Amino acid sequence: MVLNRKLGIIDLNKNKVLVREIPVELRKKHLGGRGLNWYYLYNSIRPDIDPFSPENVLAIGAGLLTGFPALGAGRTQISTKNPMTGGVGDSNMGGAFGPQLRLAGFDHLLIVGKAEKPTYILVKDGGIEIRSAEHLWGLDTHTVQKAIREEVGDDRAESMVIGRAGENLVAFANVMNGIKNAGGRSGTGAVMGSKNLKAIVASGDIDLEVHDPEKLLDYSLEVDRRARNTKWAKTLGRLGTPLLYDVSYTTGFIGTLNWQYNTPGEDGKPLEAENLEKYSVKMVACIGCSVHCRHRVKIREGRYRGVVTEGPEYAAIGAFGTGVGVYDWEFVIKCNEMANRWGVDLISLGTTVAWAFELFQRGFITENDTGGLRLEWGNENAVLDLARMIVERQNIGNVLADGMLKASEKIGKESLYYANQTKGHPNLLTDERGIPSFALGIATSTRGADHLRSRPGIDLFQLPEETLEKIYGHRIVSDFTAYETKGIMVWWHELLYNVVDSLGICKFQTVFNSANSPRFEDYVPLIEYATGIRLTREELMEIGERNYTTERMFNVLNGFSRKDDYPPERYFREETKRGLPFMKGRKLDREKYEMMLEEYYRQHGWDENGVPKKETLERLGIAEPDYSMLEVL
Amino acid sequence: MTSEKYLMVFPELCTGCRECEIACSLKHDGVVGYQKSRIRVIRDVFEGIEIPVVCMQCIDAPCMNSCRVEAIYVDENGAKIIDYEKCIGCRRCIVVCPLGANFLNPETGKPIKCDLCDGDPVCVKFCSTGAVRYLSPEEINSEELRLASKNYIKALIEREM
Repeated sequence: MVLNRKLGIIDLNKNKVLVREIPVELRKKHLGGRGLNWYYLYNSIRPDIDPFSPENVLAIGAGLLTGFPALGAGRTQISTKNPMTGGVGDSNMGGAFGPQLRLAGFDHLLIVGKAEKPTYILVKDGGIEIRSAEHLWGLDTHTVQKAIREEVGDDRAESMVIGRAGENLVAFANVMNGIKNAGGRSGTGAVMGSKNLKAIVASGDIDLEVHDPEKLLDYSLEVDRRARNTKWAKTLGRLGTPLLYDVSYTTGFIGTLNWQYNTPGEDGKPLEAENLEKYSVKMVACIGCSVHCRHRVKIREGRYRGVVTEGPEYAAIGAFGTGVGVYDWEFVIKCNEMANRWGVDLISLGTTVAWAFELFQRGFITENDTGGLRLEWGNENAVLDLARMIVERQNIGNVLADGMLKASEKIGKESLYYANQTKGHPNLLTDERGIPSFALGIATSTRGADHLRSRPGIDLFQLPEETLEKIYGHRIVSDFTAYETKGIMVWWHELLYNVVDSLGICKFQTVFNSANSPRFEDYVPLIEYATGIRLTREELMEIGERNYTTERMFNVLNGFSRKDDYPPERYFREETKRGLPFMKGRKLDREKYEMMLEEYYRQHGWDENGVPKKETLERLGIAEPDYSMLEVL
Repeated sequence: MTSEKYLMVFPELCTGCRECEIACSLKHDGVVGYQKSRIRVIRDVFEGIEIPVVCMQCIDAPCMNSCRVEAIYVDENGAKIIDYEKCIGCRRCIVVCPLGANFLNPETGKPIKCDLCDGDPVCVKFCSTGAVRYLSPEEINSEELRLASKNYIKALIEREM
């Protein structure tokens, strides 16, 4: 059965492994993936634990529907205490690892302790083995995966691995699967590095039995066709996420030269999505996805000749393009490839690099700190060299590798004003000053500044209010520059994205950038036919709420509150300088922002300080953490 | 008997999503598990390879010809079907298949292969790019086929760069 996949608990200190059942009742409360990960972590990480200490726990989770042929349901969640924020650290990864983990017999892994020497974990045919990785330490993320496949002798084995960044405890290091599937954000790779854990490998072929295969097939096809036939998915399948760039830079929605501007204007033209076509060999997909949003690219001539990789995504254009003032696809492709081989979150890396460039411009950092490197806008070598310095922890790179909060303590407190971050977590190179719902989303996200916890992409479409009411079940103001009702909108997307992360479904096939994409009610039959569990739309929303509030409680226990729910100060003080009329001259209104934040808290049932109320916790069935879970070891 | 339609693969359109595999195993055995799939994607992202492998229902089929117990017969769609009442599990058909498209079911020890789903292949329905198609002779565009194989070989060579 789908529901018989196990929980593996691995203690690297004691070299000990336990295999446990996952009770169906727990599934009904949290689904799987992100939801169950946070149930486990909430009950196993005490607030006084340092993210890099052996007591920190790394949770890996496949979604409840991971492995099925619909809605890109092939995703995996990696969660831990975030080295950058000290709160929720959480990554959602595409690719092929999750389905393979389930075929190897497991849905969730909890990893605690620190191995004495470099190690990897092999999950195979229902068992778990801890193996030496001494011969693999130092290898880049691609080379190590190929070596492991060879060693395990299974060409379908999938690994999630760390590269140099994770080994060097760069606070925003990634885990990687394949060429470009990143468990990005939140420093999950650094936590793996702190445990001397180079890789987690899944191999095996234990069939997943489903509740009603015939109905599952019919319904999967129906819902899959609906998702992939939206205008959004069709364009995405041809141009990939770079399609978003064209809208961003023409309107004025992309952080430029570290948010001193909100678009490069005409300078940014070379990075338009169509210009990537010339490097694209074909479109490729994650397991179980019919949208196929990523390019396989190849540079055939010039300075970066011979680079063959996947991507780049919209985020890379910001990180290695507008953020630092380089407008060259080949450079973006090269940096994208390097970041993936190093195993570093390219969003955080790009944001940190852009910040350092502005600090150089303003004299906080000098050539003395950089080993002679001049961090001048548009200088390709300076970008790539600084990035490498961070990954290898050289010169100023050693300071920046600890994340923006710690770095600002060394560079000078005032430098933090120029850092685009929330809770110490760097933002995507987008500029949310003109769109209050987006600003609220990045600020309240449990993992720190982040667009994938709640961003209501469709807010920009200014849909008719009747349509919005149909989707959200509440009156929502159509105007995207408005503040009122946007707290409710953000709340709704938080629940939706939590549910899809817990099911293993891709956000791109859900209401994110298309109002016609599937949402809560469309998952109900999928869940039933696959697992036999019957949940209503309302129950699904409640699970999203429970899971999100559990994450919020984890943050509260770690000292977070209302004070941490604000976007960068710059958004309140400086107006955007460029863009179309509705984007130019915009900054956030503090008073209205407070109103929006309070509306958001009310909607969640949290108090005015952002702490979940007692009755809310009772309603959702969230108890005090009991911390006894790992004591069985 | 000639089949009315042919199952064709166009590897250069394959995205590696494996929906064809998953759907196939769900349809035939009610499970997700590639060792139950009658179509399999050779997928190696590091080498840039995605190739769906499936029985092409050869007219003069080596699997059928080599079967000593006559356990493989042709149905009205032209599919070569294994009769498990007769099949003794010698696996000769697996060995002789020039495409490697007869697979082993490790649970039974017997071969499994594409049966064209009674003329309505589920893999085709789930393929969003047309990398797996079920075509009548009129629908087969030989120029397109030629281009597909040319591009495919080119991609393999360029990979070496």
